Amino acid sequence: MFKQMRNTIAAMLAVCSMAGVANAEILINGAGATFPYPIYSKWFSEYAKIDPSVKFNYQSIGSGGGIKQITEQTVDFGASDKFLTDDQLKAAPGKLVHIPTVMGAVVVTYNVPGVKTGLKLTADDIAGIYLGKITTWNDPKIAAINPGVNLPAKPIIVVHRSDGSGTTAIFTDYLSNVSPEWKDKVGMGTSVKWPAGLGGKGNEGVAGQVKNTAYSVGYVELAYAFGNKLPYATLKNRDGHFVEPSIKSTTAAAAGAAKHMPSDYRISLVNQPGKDAYPIAGFTWLLVYEHPKDAVKGKKMVEFLRWELKKGQKLAAPLLYAPLPHNVVKMVEKTIAGIK
Amino acid sequence: MSHDEQVRDIDSAKGISGDRIFKMITLGFAFSIILILLLITVGMAVESIPTLKLFGWKFITGSDWDAVQGQFGALPYIWGSIVSSLLAILIATPLSVGTALFITEIAPGKLGGAIASLVELLAAIPSVIYGLWGILVMAPWLQHTVEPFLSDHFGFLPFFRGAPYGVGMLAAVFIIMIMIIPIITSITKEVLLAVPRSQKEAAVALGATRWETIRMAVLPYGRSGILGAVVLGLGRAIGETMAVTMVIGNTPQISLSLLAPAYTMPSVIANEFAEASSKLHSAALMEIGLILLVITLIINITARVLIWGVTRQRTSGGQI
Repeated sequence: MFKQMRNTIAAMLAVCSMAGVANAEILINGAGATFPYPIYSKWFSEYAKIDPSVKFNYQSIGSGGGIKQITEQTVDFGASDKFLTDDQLKAAPGKLVHIPTVMGAVVVTYNVPGVKTGLKLTADDIAGIYLGKITTWNDPKIAAINPGVNLPAKPIIVVHRSDGSGTTAIFTDYLSNVSPEWKDKVGMGTSVKWPAGLGGKGNEGVAGQVKNTAYSVGYVELAYAFGNKLPYATLKNRDGHFVEPSIKSTTAAAAGAAKHMPSDYRISLVNQPGKDAYPIAGFTWLLVYEHPKDAVKGKKMVEFLRWELKKGQKLAAPLLYAPLPHNVVKMVEKTIAGIK
Repeated sequence: MSHDEQVRDIDSAKGISGDRIFKMITLGFAFSIILILLLITVGMAVESIPTLKLFGWKFITGSDWDAVQGQFGALPYIWGSIVSSLLAILIATPLSVGTALFITEIAPGKLGGAIASLVELLAAIPSVIYGLWGILVMAPWLQHTVEPFLSDHFGFLPFFRGAPYGVGMLAAVFIIMIMIIPIITSITKEVLLAVPRSQKEAAVALGATRWETIRMAVLPYGRSGILGAVVLGLGRAIGETMAVTMVIGNTPQISLSLLAPAYTMPSVIANEFAEASSKLHSAALMEIGLILLVITLIINITARVLIWGVTRQRTSGGQI
């Protein structure tokens, strides 16, 4: 009995001393967006196998918090679903670099009894519904592009996110892009003044509300919609094709944007040209200083980013994130080379 | 000079060092609470200076909340918080006092104990669980059963008009009510247990029935304690965040209808703070926190005054 206890204590001490060794490694702290948290933690745990001397600690506190912390230099890198404004960049003590990592898409989901997944919607339809102007499911605008679908004469119950989120930022960015009226009245942001509808907290709040309420419509992240097998709408893209939300069509949106990609990657991916481009997509970025305060950590960070672009991208799709297209990866590699 | 004061005088006259040290330590603890409260208040006030300056009183009277345009008015949130908490307290109080009375006065010993521990178990459930249960079980039930019934039969009242969404003010009131019942019940139970047996026996000796005993001997004795329990419940109700956020519908509007979605102060802070990237937006949320603090303070002070009033009215009977 005593022997057993002594063994246990010895084992515990051994674990403690191992933890002590682990503390001697280089610890890189980051904070920010919640949306990419699953893929980032996958990357960090996979990368720990390749380079055990570096350990990443990522706090998913939200994009706003990530921007705040990297600006105040309390973390080594930030993460955001929304690119920084010129004012925000000026507020930082050094030059911040945006590194796009993966892409996400926003899916329009609905619950209309008798209507299967794949209902066709145009940009005008979605803007009209969320502005509270298209109020019934059998509105001629929706009926015209969905021949053969039995659309009921029921009022549309609109559901949106109530918590500030990158998903809302991408969705309202899309609406601002396709509808001048939306841009004028509401605009884009992580939380906006919704002209219509109910607010649900988180993807699960919106999905739960849509699932429970017949004749409702909502928007959720692609990963969440696929993971929970929610019905989704097929959207008409800029080139006039109806595109299903998928990892491939999301990557296609970035490929379409590559031709006019700015060197700081501060670009919205909504409503991009391309036959297969899904219209409601967006990058998520890591934020690092071009000249990191701690050179050793900076070097390790660059090594990680190189790995992430080569090997890490392959881990994205199984977790339902869209990997960067090749032409964008090439660009980002050049950008990373400039960090020192 | 009362007995208490005499005891205190003897203590200070002797000036025993151990007692003095103990006194200093407890004083330190007591003051640290006040200091923490002060620091929190000052901290929030400093953080909300941008909106305090820009909007002034309009922040409280305005109802336009638009983070994109930088317009902030908190009235719908204040309204949602106050209405949902008051309604919940209104329903929860009789239920809790009734339960406590049943446990202490009516139920046979073992049954009372069993009910009491079950009620206390309710208090241990995390609020996110209440919220999930709220979305998945209660909201659909409200939407398909309760709300259609209310609007069919009582739709002539402005309180029961509108489409049944399930989530909304009614759902929030129900969730808060369920969450504060265990608090009010268990404190009320303790208060009622403190009623001296002689008090009840005297009533029974005068020929009072059980109900009359409760009405004349038990309830008046426990009045201030029960009031205190209700205030604690109200404090919890107005500050409840997670579960309410999940079921209230999160729409900043002022509607008389209980079926309509609404919004509360803690909910908007929880919802928007993490992603509030503009300075004005986070200042606005801080100011909401400040208003919440002030409202809670007002409630507590009012309750204190009420309790004092009740205690003073009583000519006999000990303190609780």
